[in-house]
Amino acid sequence: MKSLITGAWLAAVMLLTPALAQAQSVPATGGKLLLTGGVSQVEGAAGGGLTPWAVIGGNDSEGQFGGNAYYTEISTTDYKITSRGVLFSVDNRVELTASRQSFDTQAVGAALGLGYGYTINQTTLGAKVRLTGDAVLDQDRWLPQISAGVQYKSNDKAGLVTALGARSGKGTDLYVSATKLFLAQGLLLNATVRRTKANQYGILGFGGIDDRYHTEFEASAAYLLSKRLAVGAEVRTKPDNLAVAHEGAAYDAFVAYAVCKHLSLTVAYVDLGNIVTRRQGGLYASLQAGF
Amino acid sequence: MRILRIPAGLAVGGLLLVTAPVHAETPPPDAPVIARDDHLFKTFGGHDGLVRITDDLFVFVLADRRINGFFEAKKIPHIKDMLVEQFCQILNGGCTYTGKDMATSHAKLGIHEGDFNALVEDLQKAMDKNHVPFAAQNRLLAALAPQHRAIVYKPNGSEEE
Repeated sequence: MKSLITGAWLAAVMLLTPALAQAQSVPATGGKLLLTGGVSQVEGAAGGGLTPWAVIGGNDSEGQFGGNAYYTEISTTDYKITSRGVLFSVDNRVELTASRQSFDTQAVGAALGLGYGYTINQTTLGAKVRLTGDAVLDQDRWLPQISAGVQYKSNDKAGLVTALGARSGKGTDLYVSATKLFLAQGLLLNATVRRTKANQYGILGFGGIDDRYHTEFEASAAYLLSKRLAVGAEVRTKPDNLAVAHEGAAYDAFVAYAVCKHLSLTVAYVDLGNIVTRRQGGLYASLQAGF
Repeated sequence: MRILRIPAGLAVGGLLLVTAPVHAETPPPDAPVIARDDHLFKTFGGHDGLVRITDDLFVFVLADRRINGFFEAKKIPHIKDMLVEQFCQILNGGCTYTGKDMATSHAKLGIHEGDFNALVEDLQKAMDKNHVPFAAQNRLLAALAPQHRAIVYKPNGSEEE
């Protein structure tokens, strides 16, 4: 798996070299239209709040590069989940991400004998490549923008999650996303298919009752109220593969606001489904700064 | 959730099948008529509205260091006339676009995708200034967006990716 990640970084560097040479005559950054790079999803890829989209995250258009950093906090019934990370993108073609998810068990940690505020952390390295289509500009075609991505995840509490029944503290998700903006209608639709072994995004490890990849489905719909403001909803199905606790689908309803090209704020109501104890509803807030 | 899984794969596959032949078709005209009547045209303030929007567009464009270098001062009045004609035809305002096709009029300018998007931003500002509702703006922009294939320079000469 490491070699795949290394290969993706190497490919990006190779792509970057001609892109920068070409960019000498034009601004090297900032060619993308407002909000068309999406926001930061919980594992750091460009997308909605829960699901990756086929869009590339920085403000780069062809021949440019871009990047952003984000911080997300989700307060649910029992837990506090934070995610922060950085994204680098080039040529509106490739994005590379590094992020960290922290899952603070708060009082549940104390009840389980782990200690109040026992926190599980996960590091995620991601790469996404746009394969075809342009979600925004190809308004005369049905073909969506299609991208393929990978998320390599490493959980820092492998001992705990394997004791709970997971097979590993490390795992790799593979996904394909198709995103289309129906501009005349102001409607953006996304569908993502993910192959994963992750329990609760990887926070509870990888594999369990079986050690196979599960095919999961994610979808987003967003409506543009203005060029700065979008409202939408998402769903993300997940494996239910740990014997000790049921896992269900996650949902959100969000509002995303672009303060300017360099700053966006997303707030959402999330229903993350059952996480160990009970159904986890709560508030999601995310700030992204980029170029 | 198992029920969801199979249609998801089929839906993506089906979408690809449906859309594949579109690539084989000839490019659409540069100014497709998108409205059934003149209601949308009136939302833009009719012909006078389009003249105001185009005047404002060029105030923004000439102040926009990303793209003002593309426009020769002596050609601007003609470009404005042609844009008004094109927008008017798209909005079913009873005009006929008489200018060159987009590929010819932008050949050899070396326009990048970022430049194209910069003009879109300036046009959005001009439409905002003239109180064109967001949804109406997007209908015009959706008709103009495919022009990127004719306007944006492809270094290797291929029109498609």
